[in-house]
Amino acid sequence: MRPFTSLESHAVLLPADNVDTDQIIPARFLKITDRNGLAEHAFADWRYDASGRPHADFPLNAPGARDAEILVTGRNFGCGSSREHAAWALDALGMRAIISTSFADIFRANALSNGMLPVALSEADHGSIVQELSRHATVTLRIDLASQTVTLPHDTSRRYAFSIDAFAKRCLLQGVDHLGYLLDAAAEIAAYEATHPASLCTTC
Amino acid sequence: MNVTQTASPNAPRTLFDKIWRQHMVRPQSADAPAVLFVDLHLVHEVTSPQAFAELRARGLALRRPDLTIATMDHSTPTTPRASNGRVPLNDVLAAAQLTQLEANCREHGVPLFPLGDERQGIVHVIGPELGLTQPGMTVVCGDSHTSTHGAFGALAFGIGTTEVAHVLATQCLLQTRPSTMQIQVEGRLRDGVSPKDLILGIIARIGIAGGAGHVIEYTGPAIRALDMEARMTVCNMSIEAGARAGCIAPDDVTFEYLAGRPFAPRAMEWDAAVARWRELPSDAESRYDRSVTIDATDLAPMISYGTNPGMAIPVDGHVPDPHVSADAQQRAALERALRYMALEPGQRLLGMPVDVVFLGSCTNARLSDLRAAAAVLRGRRLAPNVRMLVVPGSQRVKREAEAEGLHSVFLSAGAEWRESGCSMCIAMNGDQLAPGQYAVSTSNRNFEGRQGKGGRTFLASPLTAAATAVRGAIADARTLS
Repeated sequence: MRPFTSLESHAVLLPADNVDTDQIIPARFLKITDRNGLAEHAFADWRYDASGRPHADFPLNAPGARDAEILVTGRNFGCGSSREHAAWALDALGMRAIISTSFADIFRANALSNGMLPVALSEADHGSIVQELSRHATVTLRIDLASQTVTLPHDTSRRYAFSIDAFAKRCLLQGVDHLGYLLDAAAEIAAYEATHPASLCTTC
Repeated sequence: MNVTQTASPNAPRTLFDKIWRQHMVRPQSADAPAVLFVDLHLVHEVTSPQAFAELRARGLALRRPDLTIATMDHSTPTTPRASNGRVPLNDVLAAAQLTQLEANCREHGVPLFPLGDERQGIVHVIGPELGLTQPGMTVVCGDSHTSTHGAFGALAFGIGTTEVAHVLATQCLLQTRPSTMQIQVEGRLRDGVSPKDLILGIIARIGIAGGAGHVIEYTGPAIRALDMEARMTVCNMSIEAGARAGCIAPDDVTFEYLAGRPFAPRAMEWDAAVARWRELPSDAESRYDRSVTIDATDLAPMISYGTNPGMAIPVDGHVPDPHVSADAQQRAALERALRYMALEPGQRLLGMPVDVVFLGSCTNARLSDLRAAAAVLRGRRLAPNVRMLVVPGSQRVKREAEAEGLHSVFLSAGAEWRESGCSMCIAMNGDQLAPGQYAVSTSNRNFEGRQGKGGRTFLASPLTAAATAVRGAIADARTLS
């Protein structure tokens, strides 16, 4: 997994609450056995018209959005389906951090699994960044994971703190995934299994 | 979050606390989440291929095939079988997923109930009906509606594909202890008011993020009075309130349902299991991080009008006016939803024509759901403007329904009687709405495009769905003459 330490990028604003994973990647694009091809289908029903042409007014179609690595969006981002394809699709679009006030639980875990940082700000701080993005065509944000802050490089007086649990932070900073940690617990898992006989056997 | 609240060994514990502690391989610390053991891992074709690929890439074995089971449900067609018994599969992408699942299960020794198997069905329908889901278990699946299994007093939740790989490789998950939320449901559902109406009412009340970070336990007399299929409907939609999981303490209703099921414990093991399960309900005086009380007696049949499951009103109610919301973002969301649904503020939904009625999904495709709808449809015909799909949740549900003659009721009414699968709930298998079409659907999500690009979904109970099919327009089953 690619480490996440700090990131300076311009941001795209998707001003909607409760963006569900069916919007991020509609189910008809889940018929894959790998992770390929998701970028072009991300937000497909919001991004393209019936004939497949990009909607000019959809934020991710704006010329400046192409190399943005930060998505700023509304409350409860990623609600609904557990499909990790949503995190993969955002990753394929080049997004490395999502800024909101809250995330759906499963989406948050999926983002972290892919080295993508979910930044939950207070309503006031989030509102301030949204206002900045609404006023200017391009806004650059800097996210520093070690100090857990979002800053505006052109205005150092503005500094927004976010919280993240210590484990997720360490994994992101070091670029290590969680599977290695679980595999290291093999002896404890075996000890648990030895003392907790299963009440089920699907193969018997 | 309060991690220390259960520190005292004699402190009263909730159902969740008990299951959580019993599955602790390594406790949570300041540095890391808990390592939680998984008793049952359900696998399907859409969210597992990349997880198996991860095992292969790392050279890892599947740790516990004996606690794993797979079926095919999401991308599978539900169209009637050919005369030779074969399932028509015209979608090459879906076919590749099914072939991959077969190969993965064969390679790792995972039992698979494939398309055409008599045990095949929606993963959240077959787990319970086969007796795989049992009280006190931890159950996971790469599907958010895994919350369904909480109806048995299990801790059951959806996970992403990376976590599917974690469970395949280690039978464990890293989990931060969620908070607990009690939803106490007083009174009793009135006649004509369904478990689906109860959960839609709960979500409308607490909101689609109202349960975020929490495991909900549904308690109270109205919950105790529900049978297992009703409890599954309620727990199923816990995720639509944003909850990590939803659960209901096991009782005699639970044990009676499980007794004799293929994977349920037998003979002396059964007695020992029941004795263990009787210890699971929350202790008196146990504390929850949050509590909400709802009176079931106040509830009417519910229907969604918007583009998330929290946007729901009584079926005879009026679409809300976005302008009454003080919150600018909520107002914007409501306006957007009404635009998508092409509805006017203040409009009544009763009498509004619909194109499709969908009776199916892991929420409402069990035998009791089919019986409820059939009771409305018996001796009646669908309105000519309506297409109705009846999609049993599993092959077993299909057989049981046919043994009672329910399929004849649906077919005589003019509805389609399908093979089991997720069908139009997820619209990635050929069953879908056309752009602009309206559907009354017994499924769980009314997100934009969920049932097909541009399709418009009203979520409701099987009773409301059946009454709507007869009228050709949104109807209240209580007043269908």
